[in-house]
Amino acid sequence: MAKKPTSNRPTRARPGKAQPDKGYVRTEDAPVLPPPPSEAGISGWLWHNVLASCSDFTSIGSAVRSIVMAFFTVFVGWLTISTAWGLFDFAVLSAVWSDPDGIKREACFTIDQGGQLPSGWHGACWPFVAAKMKFMMYGPYDIDQLWRVNLAGIIGLIGLAWVMIEPLPYRRYVGIFLLTVYPLLTIILLYGGGFDVSLMTLSIIFMIGLALITFGRLAGRGLLGETMAAFASAGGIGGWLLVGYAVVMLILGVDYGLRTIDTNQWGGLLITLVVAITGIVASLPLGIVLALGRRSSMPIARILSIVFIEFWRGVPLITVLFMASVMLPLFLPEGVNFDNLLRALIGVMLFSAAYMAEVIRGGLQAMDKGQYEGADALGLSYWEKMRLIILPQALTHVIPGIVNTFIGLFKDTTLVSIIGLFDLLGAAQSAISDVAWATPVQAHTGYLFVAAVFFVFCFGMSRYSIYMENKLSRGRKH
Amino acid sequence: MIKITSAIAGVATAILATSAFAGAHGDTTLGQVQAKGFVQCGVSQGLPGFSNADDAGNWAGIDVDLCRAVAAAVFGDASKVKFTPLSAKQRFTALSSGEIDILSRNTTWTMTRDTQLGLNFAGVNYYDGQGMMVPAGLGAKSALELDGANICTNTGTTTELNITDYFRANNMSFNLVAYEKADEVVAAYDAGRCDVYTTDRSGLAAQRTKLTSPDAHVVLPEIISKEPLGPVVRQGDDNWFNIVRWSLNAMINAEELGITAANAASMANDNNPSVKRLLGTEGNFGEELGLSNDWAMNIVTQVGNYGESYERHVGLNTPIKLARGVNNLWSQGGILYAAPIR
Repeated sequence: MAKKPTSNRPTRARPGKAQPDKGYVRTEDAPVLPPPPSEAGISGWLWHNVLASCSDFTSIGSAVRSIVMAFFTVFVGWLTISTAWGLFDFAVLSAVWSDPDGIKREACFTIDQGGQLPSGWHGACWPFVAAKMKFMMYGPYDIDQLWRVNLAGIIGLIGLAWVMIEPLPYRRYVGIFLLTVYPLLTIILLYGGGFDVSLMTLSIIFMIGLALITFGRLAGRGLLGETMAAFASAGGIGGWLLVGYAVVMLILGVDYGLRTIDTNQWGGLLITLVVAITGIVASLPLGIVLALGRRSSMPIARILSIVFIEFWRGVPLITVLFMASVMLPLFLPEGVNFDNLLRALIGVMLFSAAYMAEVIRGGLQAMDKGQYEGADALGLSYWEKMRLIILPQALTHVIPGIVNTFIGLFKDTTLVSIIGLFDLLGAAQSAISDVAWATPVQAHTGYLFVAAVFFVFCFGMSRYSIYMENKLSRGRKH
Repeated sequence: MIKITSAIAGVATAILATSAFAGAHGDTTLGQVQAKGFVQCGVSQGLPGFSNADDAGNWAGIDVDLCRAVAAAVFGDASKVKFTPLSAKQRFTALSSGEIDILSRNTTWTMTRDTQLGLNFAGVNYYDGQGMMVPAGLGAKSALELDGANICTNTGTTTELNITDYFRANNMSFNLVAYEKADEVVAAYDAGRCDVYTTDRSGLAAQRTKLTSPDAHVVLPEIISKEPLGPVVRQGDDNWFNIVRWSLNAMINAEELGITAANAASMANDNNPSVKRLLGTEGNFGEELGLSNDWAMNIVTQVGNYGESYERHVGLNTPIKLARGVNNLWSQGGILYAAPIR
């Protein structure tokens, strides 16, 4: 970058103050010359980044290095260009784009197979993806009910965009909406509400919850004696959980007049997103709690956290999913059935929470001891210290690690296809086995499409994390 | 402390209350199926011609048709069936845990499975067998000419075992090239990485459609294993077992008697007493099963007879192009032989 010559200099002629007239002092800036041709434009860039390292023949050593560099430059360049060209040729130039006659697989037939395309043709068969688009996006979800999925998706997208775009107002409230109302709304839209809940049980749970909250309040004020005061916060939290549970189940139990669509009719990208987003959203708070628990000085909390984390990190996700889908039904009495998707969701959640906990623990350990001591010196309570001082800094430190875990989790969702859930990859594989579209390029086209979808999501997450990092670490930029 | 224990008890009750929402409504499978209003059927995750999702995501195939036939028999409505795609490892657990009512997932009937898993095979809806495909240019007319061949197949299936047994029994050497997925096997075979592609003959026919020049390959006449595929139900509920078995028999008998989806209604008053008994105009065979007497009538009008189902999904007019072969009626040179309805 060419430096602006005027930027740092004090202004020459100050009005109202006479300048001594010295012949050797410049009164105006030197003219800005264009950069020499070897520094500017494409040739300059090429010189600096490519040619400079392979044109030094001043000694034997540097000559050898130059030749090796030249060889690798050409080789890597050729590899990149030919791969990119091959992909471009397959996906765009040679591809079949439309099937106007509705002849399905025959639209992508070569002469050898009885079609129109030249022998040896190799290109993407996009009409196949277009025909399977609904299946790969929604799975076997009822076609006339797709608006429900779309509506949930659109609300989610708008909410997410709102939270991410900085100048918009009420971002905090939109965030709260996304984390509380939105999941319920999504469940109702996707599943149809009308869960079979017993009002009797719910009201009992609700009453127990209320009783616990009251107990927490009273004990917290020390009205029930010192022994009980120790259980005040536990009682309060438990009470709120029960009340929340009762309210949520009541909302889900209402019949909204939507047709029930079982989770085994969900599929494609829908399942991928449901599993990934649930895992991502649940793993962060769970991970924070576990990380704090592991660094806690309370032995029981610490031991429980360590056992949890080490157990879930010690088993592969595929084992967890298998256990949940193959073993669990054998332990339950016949006829009692957990939903297959719910099983996978719980498995993925707990699994990713353990990984997240370790990432966050890394952030906590990177924090200077002085920060903890400073917070203590201010007289903050443990939770205030964590919420106001420690976690904001610790989490900022480990954004790359957190997003890494998110991206890993997003891609790991493909494992649910082995327990019979049709995620995006599973749906694509099922589509690929459809003989109505059977051609030699069917599998290639399907997998290319899936890869592209995954890339868009993962790359998007990656870019957003870089943006967040830059935003949050502005104060500590060197 | 008491409060905390009661909180835990509350949570436990809550969990039980929600987890039991798919609880049992009757003692028998038929009772449960009627109570929930649909048949839950376990199918494959995508096997062309047997159970596969079409462009709209609807399941189609001969295994799927069998479940639709059971739904037609039970409810008079072939659409009252829901499908659970299952992997090979999951399928038996899903059935024995009650997650599904019928397993119709190209499952080979073997003695081990029949006797050790607490399951019963209700019949055979497709007689498959492992075969071999070779490029026509190889000039092989019999599998016995394949000494020293490179053989492509899937890992972890019995096909590997069968081909090893066959070659050892015939004192031939071979080199096994095994891949995880069917797509990889086809791609490797198509690229000429091996001389022989072996899997079940129905699979060979389906995968052949993905070759660059399908006509340049031949399927050898040898069949090296018996793979009778059929629907499976839980052991211990004979009524449900009978319903599934006779739904299949009704489809085969309908073909034998010349009853099709189109002519079933007019055939109901045919002079042939076998036709009358099948279609419910004579006797009360449906009621003996716990169903209505027009059970088989519903099957044939809504799903079709066995031959119609076969031709629709795997027959010569489909890309799979499987000739009937042994899966023809016993009277047409095949081995399909359903017990009579009388």
